[in-house]
Amino acid sequence: MTHGRPWFRIGALALGFLFLYLPIVLLIAFSFNRSRLVTVWGGFSTHWYGALFRNQQILDAAWLSVKVAAISATFAVALGTLAGMVLTRFGPFKGRTLLSGMTAAPLVMPEVITGLSLLLLFVTMEQLIGWPQGRGVTTIIIAHVTFTMAFVAVIVQSRLTQMDDSLEEAALDLGARPAKVFFVITLPIILPALISGWLLAFTLSLDDLVITSFVAGPGSSTLPMVVFSKVRLGVSPDINALATIMISIVAIGVVIAGFWMTHQQKVRDRDAQMALAANQDLIESLKKG
Amino acid sequence: MSEAGPIVLMGSVPPPARPQSMLGRWWRRLQPRGTTLVTSIPYLWLLLFFLLPFIIVLKISFSDTQIAMPPYQPLFSWAADQVVQVKLHLSNFAFLVEDDLYWRSYLTSITVAAVSTLLCLLIGYPMAYAIARSNPATRNILLLLVILPFWTSFLLRVYAWIGLLKNNGFINNFLLKLGVIDQPIQMLQTDFAVYIGIVYSYLPFMILPLYANLEKLDLTLLEAAADLGSRPWESFLKITLPLSLPGIIAGCMLVFIPAVGEFVIPSLLGDPGMLMIGKVLWTEFFNNRDWPVASAVAIALLLFLVIPIMMYQRTQESASGGGLHR
Repeated sequence: MTHGRPWFRIGALALGFLFLYLPIVLLIAFSFNRSRLVTVWGGFSTHWYGALFRNQQILDAAWLSVKVAAISATFAVALGTLAGMVLTRFGPFKGRTLLSGMTAAPLVMPEVITGLSLLLLFVTMEQLIGWPQGRGVTTIIIAHVTFTMAFVAVIVQSRLTQMDDSLEEAALDLGARPAKVFFVITLPIILPALISGWLLAFTLSLDDLVITSFVAGPGSSTLPMVVFSKVRLGVSPDINALATIMISIVAIGVVIAGFWMTHQQKVRDRDAQMALAANQDLIESLKKG
Repeated sequence: MSEAGPIVLMGSVPPPARPQSMLGRWWRRLQPRGTTLVTSIPYLWLLLFFLLPFIIVLKISFSDTQIAMPPYQPLFSWAADQVVQVKLHLSNFAFLVEDDLYWRSYLTSITVAAVSTLLCLLIGYPMAYAIARSNPATRNILLLLVILPFWTSFLLRVYAWIGLLKNNGFINNFLLKLGVIDQPIQMLQTDFAVYIGIVYSYLPFMILPLYANLEKLDLTLLEAAADLGSRPWESFLKITLPLSLPGIIAGCMLVFIPAVGEFVIPSLLGDPGMLMIGKVLWTEFFNNRDWPVASAVAIALLLFLVIPIMMYQRTQESASGGGLHR
């Protein structure tokens, strides 16, 4: 089925992907550049990777960012799954619209607004109840959980609506308690969505600059904050090296996750087909007998 | 959307409310207390850390600046006889209206965001269309290619453009070598660079909802139109385009709303004198330490964005209600 002209489609894709990938490819290429001038090729070298790993400030910030991202992503998955579950499975209830609005709005809310409002909340809370004391890792994690859980909720919601709910229904019919149904049936089925949700929350948290700058305290500079202050002063080759490392990790991770999930899907489809076939056999034999 | 796991991200439409779902009734009847508990956890979190902060911003936007920590005066104070005295300072908003710096920066932000959104649509639509019309095996790979940049650091992808656009950057060097130009073109620190940055960063947000919509398009409609003698271009304008309107709106809102408040791209790629509202808010807050004015800027921006945000919400709800045929 060819609708429209194929050259048009191929051209649109080629140009689009060139636009999306050329900057990244050049960034990676110039991370192996010997010259200090970022844009003039001076021969192959891994010099800047060495420089990167000797930069204690960047290493500390990177470690802090990874810790914050892992903790935030875990909380975000828990809260986002609950929100997605409530919105897809609990039917109408008072305040449902508000909840669905509050889970969708962080996806589009400009970061400066979210950052400012969270900071003012923390300051007010500190005045009123004395917690959180000052700003630092705790406030960063709370902020990250809040804006990443919205992404998790969207992923979980779309998975839950796609999934066949007759299994849950059957289990409830047979007398299983809702909590058991959730852990034994729903959770394993939506697990791929939870994994992509966790990975997405992790990357978003690892990458966030604006919200973090508002809610971070003096001693808690995350990686994007250090990178931003360095980049503002001009291009530096060790940032290219850092970018290459981060891009490679993400690319490898996403590709592996993609393959794993496609495989899981195939297994599931096969199981479903076998179950259907078995069912059919059963019906046939019942008819005969 | 596609079945491959990581692909189910932004484009997927949130769920239909399941109004009379049998399952919903089951859950609720079996454990009313349990469901209340489960509902209240994310609910309270979002009320406390998402909704309440906006109310505080609104409150502080009405208070007066003072040199202290925090640098604003309380709005409510105990006057004599246990009467709460409320001092509303409208001066911050009056300041926004009087100083044409704010007007200009709102106007610049909206223009930049609107033009970038249009560019994203012009680039993203053909791509989404081409992906939706390719065969299923390549489709997943193409989708992965669209999503992959979205997973890599936004900050570093913007940074990548500095190296390309600089006066002695890749593009200028390349053009100089070809002899197309004899002196470098100033591209970094111009509006052009900001447009490039926004379109580049937000393109996946446009493609994914468009793809999710176009993928569901019933191809028999196009076949019928062709049978009846419609030219492909005509069919596109009369069938595909109108049917993909929800996807277009969702994609445009996903690009437009965050782009209005964008801070990183104009500060790294744009002219230092370029006024975008995200930058103004940042400067008021971090450099001038004027929290009440920063809050007033945020409230004014939010008021402007309420309508687009609600439009986005509406398309999500209706798309999920109407497009469900699984």
